[in-house]
Amino acid sequence: MNEGRKEAIQIGFVIVALIFLVKLFSIQVLDKRYLELATSNAIIPVRDYAIRGLIKDRNGKILVYNTPEFDLLIIKKEVKNLDSAKFCQVFSKTPEELRKLFKDLRARREYSPVKPTIFLSQLSTLDFAKIQDHIDEFPGFIIQPRNTRAYTTKAMANALGYVSEISKSKLEKDEEHFYRQGDYIGQTGIEAYYEKYLRGRNGVRYKLRDVDGNDKGSFDKGAQDTLSIPGQDLTTTIDKDLQEYGEFLFKGKSGSIIAIEPESGEILAMVSGPSYDPILLTGRNYSANYKLISTDTNKPLFNRPLMAQYRPGSIFKIAQAMVALQEGVITPDTRVRCDRSIIGCHGPHSNEDLRGAITNSCNPYFHNVLRRMLNKGKSDNPFDDTRIGLEEWHKHMTSFGFGQPLGIDLPNEKKGLVPSPAFYDRAYRGRPWKFSNIYSIAIGEGENLVVPLQMANFAATVANRGYYITPHLVKSIGDSNKPLPQFQEKHYTTIDSANFRIAVDAMERVVEAGTGQFRAKLKDVIVCGKTGTVQNEPRPDHSVFIAFAPKVNPKIAVSVYVEYSGQGARAAAAMASLMIEKYLYGGTKRPQVEEYVLRGKFLD
Amino acid sequence: MTSSFKKEDSIKTQRLDWVTIGIYITLVFLGWLNIYAVTYEENQTIFDTNLNSFRQLMFIIGALVIVSAILIIDRQFYETFAYFIYGFVLFILLLVPFIGKEVGGNRSWFGVGSFGLQPSEFAKFATALAVAKFVGTIGFRMDNLKNQLTLFGLIGAPILLILLQKDYGTAMVFLVFTIVYYREGMSPFLILMGIGAAAIFILTLLVANNYILFGCIGVLWLIAIYMNRRKKMKRLIFITAGAFSLALIITSVDFIFQHLEDHHQKRIMSMLNPDADPLGYGWNVTQSKIAIGSGRFFGKGFLEGTQTKFDFVPEQSTDFIFCTIGEEHGWIGSLFTIGLFMGLIFRVIFLAERQKHRFARAYGYAVACIFFFHFAVNIGMTIGLFPVIGIPLPFFSYGGSSLWAFTVLLFILVKLDAHRMQVLQRL
Repeated sequence: MNEGRKEAIQIGFVIVALIFLVKLFSIQVLDKRYLELATSNAIIPVRDYAIRGLIKDRNGKILVYNTPEFDLLIIKKEVKNLDSAKFCQVFSKTPEELRKLFKDLRARREYSPVKPTIFLSQLSTLDFAKIQDHIDEFPGFIIQPRNTRAYTTKAMANALGYVSEISKSKLEKDEEHFYRQGDYIGQTGIEAYYEKYLRGRNGVRYKLRDVDGNDKGSFDKGAQDTLSIPGQDLTTTIDKDLQEYGEFLFKGKSGSIIAIEPESGEILAMVSGPSYDPILLTGRNYSANYKLISTDTNKPLFNRPLMAQYRPGSIFKIAQAMVALQEGVITPDTRVRCDRSIIGCHGPHSNEDLRGAITNSCNPYFHNVLRRMLNKGKSDNPFDDTRIGLEEWHKHMTSFGFGQPLGIDLPNEKKGLVPSPAFYDRAYRGRPWKFSNIYSIAIGEGENLVVPLQMANFAATVANRGYYITPHLVKSIGDSNKPLPQFQEKHYTTIDSANFRIAVDAMERVVEAGTGQFRAKLKDVIVCGKTGTVQNEPRPDHSVFIAFAPKVNPKIAVSVYVEYSGQGARAAAAMASLMIEKYLYGGTKRPQVEEYVLRGKFLD
Repeated sequence: MTSSFKKEDSIKTQRLDWVTIGIYITLVFLGWLNIYAVTYEENQTIFDTNLNSFRQLMFIIGALVIVSAILIIDRQFYETFAYFIYGFVLFILLLVPFIGKEVGGNRSWFGVGSFGLQPSEFAKFATALAVAKFVGTIGFRMDNLKNQLTLFGLIGAPILLILLQKDYGTAMVFLVFTIVYYREGMSPFLILMGIGAAAIFILTLLVANNYILFGCIGVLWLIAIYMNRRKKMKRLIFITAGAFSLALIITSVDFIFQHLEDHHQKRIMSMLNPDADPLGYGWNVTQSKIAIGSGRFFGKGFLEGTQTKFDFVPEQSTDFIFCTIGEEHGWIGSLFTIGLFMGLIFRVIFLAERQKHRFARAYGYAVACIFFFHFAVNIGMTIGLFPVIGIPLPFFSYGGSSLWAFTVLLFILVKLDAHRMQVLQRL
């Protein structure tokens, strides 16, 4: 049955072998081109580093650019009769340092004696001038230019991020084989998030050298070279002046300011305090400075706008009110007696309606409101009833973007917390819980957690009367004139815009006649805001304020968190209103408020 | 019978096939020298512990231990435990995506510290054993559809599991078992269909306009109908159905191709046209050809190669190891290497054919076919006759897993062959 099959298989194998031999004969013997292409021992690949994309502010002012620096490469095999005394003198090294450099060289993973390897990195232009005259005296050494980052501002270091040498672990995960050891990569912030666009594409130039290592021009007339392709420039949404003003106000304080243009979700300013000077994390002193900054107890690398999680405090009452209106458990005219026996309150008031309760930030009112939402009587069992109510409440709250990362174009965004029934099941380890166990979430205390970015986004959502666009920092990549697609989409909340209008009116009243009247009210524009004072026993309270302005067609929404600075009506309200003034009018007409902020004695 | 067996079964009395062993030793030794040539630096000897060649020597010593173990173990072990070994390796493959360690983005390694093993390499001999055992079952008939399906299931399972690790090259190796099936009596139609499908695939990519191909099919269909016009209706329907399925394959190719991962698309396109992606995979093949081509007729001499020492050729000591042979030893060296591989493969076929037991014969063919596939795809890739698919050149590519797996594969056959006279005829 299988006659001839053995032979058929063998013939097939032989045919393949013969095809190989013929093909090999043609490329090895007949075609002389390949020999020319591979001239013995004379081609040195030199990396042509791509120019990293620039980062600009929303008005085209440059924030981050590149400045040249130089690496000294070594081709070990070509190093002959090195005059080490002279070398030490030219490169300002001690003989010990030189010996250590050679030792380290051998230990490197990519080291090869015939390939150029980095010997000294990040020489400045100053070093270069000195070295240039002497480099011919050291055969086997080449100077290779590349770029490092430079900044036009000391501001927003955390949002911009920094660039440094790629780590070993990242190098191993690099599936595209884009990076080599010693290459730069964006480590945090915009530099990391937009790495793919900023980095461009590195090229290789093949240089011809003769046996003595002399440069003989480019190999194959440059036909084999791959030129580097520069990275794409980014236009950010940041207003450089506003950002710098925010950092000026924040000097010596800890917390954050975020300003958003509500209709587009564009972040106008994002201040994280304390911060650091971004120039420290570039160039040759990177390692030493990084060590200092990363071990600083004030945590300057901690990007508070998206990584710090706080209890929201009273500003949460705005959201609470809208959810309650949407659920139909209250109307704007619902009045509740300010019964201070269950929960404390402040200020002289007794029986407010919704607007009054928000204006005066009445705690018992919202305790009552939450009870109405969580215990609607949908079940006779108070435990089940609370569970049903909390489920609905949770759905509304998450539609504002709370309890999840918003998806800003920066790494390491925290998600905050909106407690769900599942959360309390875990917290109470299966024991039953009902309204009386969890009521402190009514006034933004208790288990709630938000990051400042979410509060700014919330202010923008209220300003838009019902939707938000995910806050983002980059509005145009290259010539696209568009942000990434996820930053063009509107996210609607589960709340009707009619209910938003009620919240807007209440926030107007807060600044007009309530807790915000002393430091947030502006003469020329209607500011809508809400104060918050986040308890923080035993240390002083955090001062919180969210606001947007103008009331009609809002141009800016702000959230301010100032840690350990007392009432929201003081530090945070003052700073928020100054930011609004700066953005709308270019400066403040209330020097006394600015002075108050700069003096920084908020607790007196 | 068993008592007389014991005496004969010791290593000394085995009739080992020294030709195979001789070729094996030559290949392993040349492979080792070649790995040294790739990483060689001035003033470093082949025993320098920093070099890959030193580690390869360790792997070779490990291989010798494995050889001894295989020769000591009773020959019946391999047939008796064939399914068990197959099942065990599949189980390990199933675990790898979860507990394997990540190398280059793929989780296909098992590692303890810096030492790693690639289970997919060992799936080859395990599958060969299982296939041979199934074919060697008493009363096995190839014309039984259920048997045929089982045979495809036996190679389908490891293919699937290895595809999960995204190791497409190793997964492809198992397709070569169809040649074993052909030898054991399966209709050649299947193999021809496979080759035909591959040919159409490439044709479709080369000819950008599908309508030209549709036109060709239409013309062929008319000719076929005309030539068969006096035949039965059934034949005509068959021809028409064939034409339609061809058209269907062509339309699906574009779809499949678009859904391949980006780097696979690039690899296939750069084989068809190296200039399509000159910086990426096309560059690899061009550089590899430059290295091989610069070797000329006699080569540059041992350790004198330059192309393979710079970064010109990627993966110089693993997938593109043949470049060093071509560069340093020229066409003569290539001829010698290809000759050695063909010698090994033909010797293995010779051994397979002289077995009296179908299990051993089928296993032998599996060995020959696996070696052939690696040989053909790896060298074909370096000279631009095949897309860049990362599978090793047996005994030459640097690495412990592949060396050991090929050693196990080959020496089980040597062991079976040594005892061929003790087996009752069962073909």
